[in-house]
Amino acid sequence: MAKISAGIGTSHTPAIGAAVDLGKTGTDYWKPLFDGYKPAQEWMAKKAPDVAIIVYNDHNNAFDFTMIPTFAIGCAEQFIIADEGWGARPVPVVNGHPEMASHLVQSLVLDEFDITIVNEMQVDHGLTVPMSLLFGQPEAWPVRVIPIAVNVVQYPPPTGNRCYHLGQAIKSAVESWDEDLDVVIFGTGGMSHQIQGPRAGLINQEFDKNFLDGLTQYPEKLAQIPHLEYMREAGAEAVELVMWLVMRGALGDDVKEIYRFMHVPASSTGVGHIILEANDTA
Amino acid sequence: MTVKKTEAYEDLPGTWVFDAQRARKGYHLNNFFMSLMKAENRQAFLADEPAYLEQFPMTTAQRDAVIQRDWNTMLELGGVVYCLAKLAFTDQHSYQYMAAEMTGMSEQEYVNMMLAGGRSPDGWRSRAEQSGEDN
Repeated sequence: MAKISAGIGTSHTPAIGAAVDLGKTGTDYWKPLFDGYKPAQEWMAKKAPDVAIIVYNDHNNAFDFTMIPTFAIGCAEQFIIADEGWGARPVPVVNGHPEMASHLVQSLVLDEFDITIVNEMQVDHGLTVPMSLLFGQPEAWPVRVIPIAVNVVQYPPPTGNRCYHLGQAIKSAVESWDEDLDVVIFGTGGMSHQIQGPRAGLINQEFDKNFLDGLTQYPEKLAQIPHLEYMREAGAEAVELVMWLVMRGALGDDVKEIYRFMHVPASSTGVGHIILEANDTA
Repeated sequence: MTVKKTEAYEDLPGTWVFDAQRARKGYHLNNFFMSLMKAENRQAFLADEPAYLEQFPMTTAQRDAVIQRDWNTMLELGGVVYCLAKLAFTDQHSYQYMAAEMTGMSEQEYVNMMLAGGRSPDGWRSRAEQSGEDN
């Protein structure tokens, strides 16, 4: 049987991807951030999972305004890297796991999560920046990926509670897959940031730290945070953190924190990163 | 009740939340931004902005905001910030440049604020807190 053995929370700031692509990871501005991800890359290299489920949001690249799915699962063989307006990131194409993705869709719909099925989709920085941070710059990505796109652009996004429950349903869907596969799940976006309007640049490191603490200690309380509280306390775009709750829900009740890193700023973002291992992993 | 929840977003100072009503108003404006994902469209737009914008049935106020690069008005009239960024990139500007413009700071002032830990939420949680009316 397949198992979700670990969860990764990480920001997905596009400027981080640009720093990787332009060879700027050693500059004064960027070095502290990339140093902070080194232990995570080492952990990931040792872990070498078979599949990564990456929960992220599209930033009006794959999805325009003709349709806006709340939860969408990429079931394609491959996902091409999107040109977001400055040329596509020079990273490898992302290989999917269409069989397992389709199984997830079936299981989730029967569990009453009305998932949108996507058979052709480009992926943007929301998905590729976390991959660069955890897998570095390989010629081909060493993992197959199931993208789960969550609408956090048009309000309202799904509630934190709904995301947490979706994670729980993903856990049981993965565990009903026969093949012995080691699966990790990413929750991406955040942490505190606002990138629009006169209030742009808002950061709340205390909120971010409490959120990281809550992932192990009181995730069900985090799941009750209303959208407005994310926006008031941590910036309009901090609401992306609901996607971390999908990741957390998929790990079961008992988790162990393996690694944590925080850094301000990456462009306009308070960066946060955490690795959690599921304790019920056999 | 749903309407009430939506209205609560309006209490955030310096923020235009892209909710369903704003999305409806901004539909054609955002379609214009999305068109800038193609290099040939970027060129056509820069060659004759008013003529290019004629393709999109947006309001005069939206059109004027685009031509004047009035970023905050574009947000207020239904633009999504990720879509606005495609216009900034078309102008060969960075996201950070656009964010600084929205705050009324120079790009360097904005970068310095971020390096110093960013904007504190204190004073920015609500319109009342911003105007010093509560507590």
